[in-house]
Amino acid sequence: MRHTLAVLVENNPGVLARVAGLFSRRGFNIDSLAVGRTENPDVSRMTIVVEGDDRILEQVTKQLHKLIDVIKISDISPEEYVDRELVIIKVHSDPARRGEIMQVADIFRARIVDLGRKTITLECTGNNGKINAFEESLRPYGIKELVRTGKIAMLRGLRFTSVNGQKDDD
Amino acid sequence: MKMNGAQILVQGLLDQGVDTIFGYPGGSVLPIYDALYDANIRHILVRHEQGAAHAADGYARASGRPGVCLATSGPGATNLVTGIANAYMDSVPMVAITGQVPSALLGRDSFQEADITGITMPVTKHNYIVKDVKELAMTLKEAFYIATTGKPGPVLVDIPRDVSGGTMDYEDPGPINLPGYRPVLEGKEEQLNKAAAAITDSIRPVIYAGGGVIGSGAHQELKRLAELLMAPVTTTLMGLGGFPGDHPLYLGMLGMHGSRYANYAVCESDLLIAVGARFDDRVTGKIESFAPDATIIHIDIDPAEIRKNVRADIPVVGDVKIVLNQLLPRLEAKLSGAWQQKIDQWKKEYPIGYEEDNDKLKPQQVISAIYKATRGQARIATEVGQHQMWAAHYYTYTRPRSFISSGGLGAMGYGFPAAIGVQVACPDEVVFDIAGDGSIQMNIQEMATAVNYQLPVNVAVMNNGWLGMVRQWQELFYNRRYSCTELVNPDFVKLAEAYGASGIRVTRGADLKPALEEAIRNSGPVMLDFVIEREENVFPMVPPGESLGNMIG
Amino acid sequence: MEMTVAQALIRCLEMEGVEVIFGYPGGAILPVYDALCKMGSIKHILARHEQGAVHAADAYSRVTGHVGVVMATSGPGATNLVTGIANAYMDSVPLVVITGQVPTSQVGTDAFQEVDITGITLPITKHNYLVKDAGKLPTVVKNAFHIASTGRPGPVLIDLPRDVATETIKLDYPDSVSLRGYKPTYKGHPTKVKEAAQMMMKAERPVIYAGGGILNSGATGELLELAEMLSAPVTNTLMGLSSFPGDHPLFLGMLGLHGTRYANLAVTKCDLLIALGARFDDRVTSKISSFAPDAGVVHVDIDPAEIGKNVQVHVPIVGDVRQVLQALLPNINKKDRSEWLEQIQNWKEQYPMGYARDGMLKPQAVIEAICRHTRGEAVVATDVGQHQMWVAQFYRFKHPGKLISSGGLGTMGFGLPATVGAQVGRPDSLVVLITGDGSLQMTLQELATVVEQKLPIKIFVLNNNCLGMVRQLQEFYCERRYIATEFSFVPDFVTMAKAYGIAGYTIKSHSELDRLLPEILSNPDAVMVNCLVDPQENVSPMVMAGQGIDQAIDC
Ligand SMILES: Cc1ncc(C[n+]2csc(CCOP(=O)(O)OP(=O)(O)O)c2C)c(N)n1
Ligand SMILES: Cc1ncc(C[n+]2csc(CCOP(=O)(O)OP(=O)(O)O)c2C)c(N)n1
Ligand SMILES: [Mg+2]
Repeated sequence: MRHTLAVLVENNPGVLARVAGLFSRRGFNIDSLAVGRTENPDVSRMTIVVEGDDRILEQVTKQLHKLIDVIKISDISPEEYVDRELVIIKVHSDPARRGEIMQVADIFRARIVDLGRKTITLECTGNNGKINAFEESLRPYGIKELVRTGKIAMLRGLRFTSVNGQKDDD
Repeated sequence: MKMNGAQILVQGLLDQGVDTIFGYPGGSVLPIYDALYDANIRHILVRHEQGAAHAADGYARASGRPGVCLATSGPGATNLVTGIANAYMDSVPMVAITGQVPSALLGRDSFQEADITGITMPVTKHNYIVKDVKELAMTLKEAFYIATTGKPGPVLVDIPRDVSGGTMDYEDPGPINLPGYRPVLEGKEEQLNKAAAAITDSIRPVIYAGGGVIGSGAHQELKRLAELLMAPVTTTLMGLGGFPGDHPLYLGMLGMHGSRYANYAVCESDLLIAVGARFDDRVTGKIESFAPDATIIHIDIDPAEIRKNVRADIPVVGDVKIVLNQLLPRLEAKLSGAWQQKIDQWKKEYPIGYEEDNDKLKPQQVISAIYKATRGQARIATEVGQHQMWAAHYYTYTRPRSFISSGGLGAMGYGFPAAIGVQVACPDEVVFDIAGDGSIQMNIQEMATAVNYQLPVNVAVMNNGWLGMVRQWQELFYNRRYSCTELVNPDFVKLAEAYGASGIRVTRGADLKPALEEAIRNSGPVMLDFVIEREENVFPMVPPGESLGNMIG
Repeated sequence: MEMTVAQALIRCLEMEGVEVIFGYPGGAILPVYDALCKMGSIKHILARHEQGAVHAADAYSRVTGHVGVVMATSGPGATNLVTGIANAYMDSVPLVVITGQVPTSQVGTDAFQEVDITGITLPITKHNYLVKDAGKLPTVVKNAFHIASTGRPGPVLIDLPRDVATETIKLDYPDSVSLRGYKPTYKGHPTKVKEAAQMMMKAERPVIYAGGGILNSGATGELLELAEMLSAPVTNTLMGLSSFPGDHPLFLGMLGLHGTRYANLAVTKCDLLIALGARFDDRVTSKISSFAPDAGVVHVDIDPAEIGKNVQVHVPIVGDVRQVLQALLPNINKKDRSEWLEQIQNWKEQYPMGYARDGMLKPQAVIEAICRHTRGEAVVATDVGQHQMWVAQFYRFKHPGKLISSGGLGTMGFGLPATVGAQVGRPDSLVVLITGDGSLQMTLQELATVVEQKLPIKIFVLNNNCLGMVRQLQEFYCERRYIATEFSFVPDFVTMAKAYGIAGYTIKSHSELDRLLPEILSNPDAVMVNCLVDPQENVSPMVMAGQGIDQAIDC
């Protein structure tokens, strides 16, 4: 099972090392990890996608909780949420095939961010499935370079993952 | 052939030409020890794992071959940490093998589980945890390759018990493929040409040589370079022995406890040729005023060292020996001139020396006596403190790998186990550990190892009743508030005897020679207790944060 | 008040009630040593190796319940602490570790004696700090003590660069902490507590499995009450020993790999396992699937991550063991379980702990004699090996907190420095070290500390001329192919003691033992006793790897 964890951490130096070290030490598998700051400059948010059964997830959560710099962990997988990932792909393209590639881009609402003589670079955002599909569709043209940000996610509607807990707006 | 992980490990060690390992057993390394039972590898049983790491390090420094140490999981592994850090700081090739709890118990705070790959991340060149017996042979091969090539350093291989106990059909692991690791050995033509031009233009060159000269075996090239250019040579602590200490162009050590003439020469040089050295803070003093007028050529195997601390006008990345061989043909001989005269003048004016005192045994005098008694031919290991600096100043090192000391980490307790490793590597040579009374206590347990294997290491304790170097700082910079530095010591002679070693106490200058001769003659380990002047200081000295030119004492 | 950070640090320590620091000086920590000396309010115990300092602080904390404080310099000083920090981490001992660091401008440049100690100790500290901002020091110290001593205790490290130590600040020591990521739970969930009580009342064959958490939370009184109310036999982990009176009829001794047969049988046959402040360590459970196979499990622990980590739990209660038991006790009634207790009594008679008292001096006999002569009341520190297991099996502790032993990390060399800390913490108690010839050598430099501090500890070396525990493993797992475990040379411990100015005795026979012990134990100074014991003796019973704990063999 894949779980998406939203982890709020103190924005302290070394906090990434603490979390990464914990995963490696305890033998938990990370699918992806994305970090960035939040609406509160003291707090960073990590979106961690982990692979494992409920027992593993329970340990991951509890062990993360033991890190002093970890403020809050929510497994948002069972909830309604939006998730996005950004991918940038550089594909081989001689002028003859450029049109085809642009069509693929259109289908996925990807944008062209760079054009070279023999390459074309595209960016695309979407959920996991979309990004995977996009990548597959471009594969036949020859992917020269590819980079993904890892997934970030947020609960829908009036549900929040913030320092003060999940609470209503008003 | 069916082999278990432990046997594959032993086979790998043999393939790497390992003939000696230093270790201490325990539950998680049981299969490995069992494989060693039948193997043609000498195992030296130490008395604390720290001793194993330092001994492997000493062995490597003396022999030039990688040192290997072995310890069990948990406390065995954590006990290696200082020794690994020490090898890391001084770029010593070492492979540390640790047992680990079975894979199924990993990550559960199991009995004697320690995340040693996590712990040693900052102090190893690389480390591995082997999760599958099929990966073991390749991992070991890579470990030795990484440890010994480029800028050498320690590599740790952590092996869970089910992996050392698991079996497979052994096959040779094949060639190494490490895309992330490709050391550059040859200097770039362009940089070499620039360096040659700068050298040709220079009037007041100084060569500043570090441990890289010894590591790459470039001492002859260094000597040729110096003689060709008539350039004075100063070395770091790590570089001692990389240039003949009795050579007229030699300036001794530079830096905080360097000679005045070395520091003055660096201050006034117009060209500094840094060879396998890294501009450590103990060397540079206040960075802003380090070699202020000099163009700096920096030759080093490690690109990350270039411009890390000090500007480098002409960096040359490559193996020191190879780069010097590339450089030498581009240079023309220079003659001695005003610069060399000036240096000779400084040497006369500010000799390294001390006040003799007939009533007291002076540490410097003891070191000089050791030099004489060994005709300068001994391998000298040291601990850390004042005695280390005196050992650097008052013994003349004429060949590489003859001075074995903890430079970057400055670990008290290094010298004695290192001397044991040195003696194992060089069974027919005279080996001394020049020690302080504080330092020697840190790994005194290794006396049992020395006696066990009848290694004739001579321990010269400079017994001043203090943590002397710290006391010196307290005297000079803390108004003589001697906080927690005075020592209550054991009777070192009796202690030696408790181990079945010989102990000799020396309190007078007149007894120095006979005592040393007796020690050298003795075929087992000897502890010499030199009861020295208590409050002698290491001078001259650059106070912390000062420029090299501002020496005191 | 304006003062240097170093002085402020000492002030903060004073305000935390610190009376003793164990340490070793060096360049980077000098400003702090200078402040320590100048202010003169806190006693400093100079070890002879930093490892000695940290183990001493660890034991000091174990005997006093206070946070142990250690100080060392940067680089090698700091790395020499690693084993001791890991040891405290594994056994949940509250420590505050202060290390000097190179000046901030040099951090990250591989400077002289620079080591990334916060990076190194990430896996083995509860938390750690590198103080880059002088103004933050008071908060950091406050937090460090709070984190170390609350929840599941553990070591916290503070790394202090030398330039920061000499900056001046206004000391304003916070009187509370605010850590949003750290809020330990102390009170057990009431419904879970009720559920547990019901299970306890329903069970027919309950066993209490009590670990070090009992001692940490001071729940020994509650444990006794619970056991007597439920008529439930009690077994201890190594860490839990001394939390239940060793001579109590309900006591089963230690369980696990070298546990008593009756403890292991009781756990295997029980229908309810009440785990209190214990963590189902692999040394205890061995083969998990046959550990308490028929039992419902109630698990009380302060650390939520321990619950369900290794075994399935039916009633999990996160909280401080003492507070949970206090909430639980009113919910249970006195229960008589004569059938179960009779069964246990039968096992005890059928499989008594014993050994052959023939021929050479037996190590078990030495421990029994020490126990007799100290009436089970001494503070006993051990090292790691066979002797440690024999202490666990044969010393019957009467009072809580008297066993000082390295449980989770199993650190040889812990013992001698631990006695230093224990005796400093309890100057009026009789402190005994029971060690092996291998272990004692690891940290024997601390004999100088013993002498300098005039600590009257009694050191018993169960000298079997080998690394006995590993030799035993080689006997059973490696077909007696002994390598690197039989010492071809062991120092003369009596002469060694004399070199340090400590009296020494050698004991070779059972008769000498009883004759000399009174004299040895009443000696006002430190004594080293070299006990030449039977080198062939094994720790028995023993559960072989992968077996259930009821499958122990005699060896
Ligand atoms: C493991 C370790 N701890 C602390 C230090 C800090 N330190 C540097 S020199 C020194 C004193 C050494 O005393 P001693 O060995 O007696 O030598 P002396 O200076 O008296 O010659 C100390 C404590 C260190 N270098 N290594
Ligand atoms: C630092 C360390 N290294 C290695 C081990 C592995 N080990 C566990 S018990 C033991 C033998 C202990 O020998 P000794 O102290 O003589 O005690 P004995 O078993 O003979 O009673 C060893 C080597 C350990 N626990 N700790
Ligand atoms: Mg000294």
